Amino acid sequence: MAFELVVVGASLGGLAAVEAVLSGLPATFPLPVAIVQHCRPGDGGTRCAVLQGRSVLPVDEVDDKADIRAGRVYLAPPDYHLLVEPGAFALSTAAPVAYSRPSIDVLFESAAAAYGAAVIGVVLTGANQDGMRGAVQIARQGGVVIVQDPGTAESPTMPAAALRAVPAARVLPLPEIARWLTALSTRGGERGRERPHGG
Amino acid sequence: MTTSRAQQELEALEIELLLEAVFRHYGFDFREYAPASLQRRIANAIQAEGVKTVSGLQERVLHDPACLERFLLALSVNVTAMFRDPEFYLAFRRRVVPILRTYPSIQIWHAGCASGEEVYSMAILLEEEGLAPRARLYATDMNDSVLQQARAGIFPLEYMKDYTSNYLSAGGKRSFSDYYTAGYGNAIFRAALRENVTFAQHNLVTDGAFNTFHVIWCRNVTIYFKKSLQRRVHNLLYDSLIMLGILGLGSKETIQATPHEGEYDVLVPGEKLYRKVR
Repeated sequence: MAFELVVVGASLGGLAAVEAVLSGLPATFPLPVAIVQHCRPGDGGTRCAVLQGRSVLPVDEVDDKADIRAGRVYLAPPDYHLLVEPGAFALSTAAPVAYSRPSIDVLFESAAAAYGAAVIGVVLTGANQDGMRGAVQIARQGGVVIVQDPGTAESPTMPAAALRAVPAARVLPLPEIARWLTALSTRGGERGRERPHGG
Repeated sequence: MTTSRAQQELEALEIELLLEAVFRHYGFDFREYAPASLQRRIANAIQAEGVKTVSGLQERVLHDPACLERFLLALSVNVTAMFRDPEFYLAFRRRVVPILRTYPSIQIWHAGCASGEEVYSMAILLEEEGLAPRARLYATDMNDSVLQQARAGIFPLEYMKDYTSNYLSAGGKRSFSDYYTAGYGNAIFRAALRENVTFAQHNLVTDGAFNTFHVIWCRNVTIYFKKSLQRRVHNLLYDSLIMLGILGLGSKETIQATPHEGEYDVLVPGEKLYRKVR
């Protein structure tokens, strides 16, 4: 079955890791990429501009109910949770999850619920355990979990926690992740094929 | 949280039945709430009630009125902050206040005010701008228990550091601590701030227009709704604004794709402040 969505999580110090992944994705990358990078309430457009500077794909901070489109990069806005629904994003100001808003778990769990096995989840460097529960949900639904090699991550806690929870996750050094995503994104060759999306 | 697609589909069905039952039995309509966030909150409610399934939750919600109250609280997101998005408040102070000065009396509606942090923020702003004596604020929410919190105006003291920083970035003119008394770990806001505020229950999903206003704030309320319901709520907001009235939305909400996009002007580029012009 073809993949339809990539979700990425990185914590506060993880902007460089996100840049590294995005800079390796080609202009032809056929999937939408949704990113939660932990940030502070005031962190606004500059983060988005930094990432856009490193990516050939268009990068936007998500507005409520924005459509999910292939070949675009979506960044969770500061102080909002980013959730995935079939075909569109939703935002929430609910309480922090895993001490975080935006929370990686919220993005990953909602992606798994909406897109099932068509999700690729990527857990990058981070000093907490956000993303662990979400990675479990992605794996349970039959999706793929990629974890940055904790040995090469700036803060190994987050990828190590995800790996403990999902032992079958693919462990990759940072420079390899974009290449793997590109390879996986064309797997099945039937991107966009109709498949049921449960609520 | 479910483990397989079949279980997930069953849960989706149970949620549909639960929402239908709550609507038909009690009149609270969550049927057009955005599903992802709703699903999380129902999962939280299941855990908090110590039941195993959505159907178990439904049994209790339908037969135990106290459980209904908890359910309503669990299903609505009531997290807010004073002077949330300070630059929005600064823009309001600089661009909207001069417009409001031209009116002899000012009607303001906080639609979906939750525990009232933004209502008190507005009251402080109006007082500093000398507009408080001619302003009337209507602060509404569907949830009676959060309205009671809003009426009390008591917020945790630990938040005051962040709120003070927000207040100053928002163009605050005094010392933020002038507005509250600290006691027992809480900040108790001055009762004078709510002299011109009417707190009342109003459900944006099922209730209609009740007045016309110079300013309506509906910030981070409709993000929990599906697009179809967002469109209906925007009809209500539009109908409730006077001509040239001001609409304030949350920082990631947009007037685009609502039925009234063409009837508002962007008042301050980059901020979600709109003016009804036709």
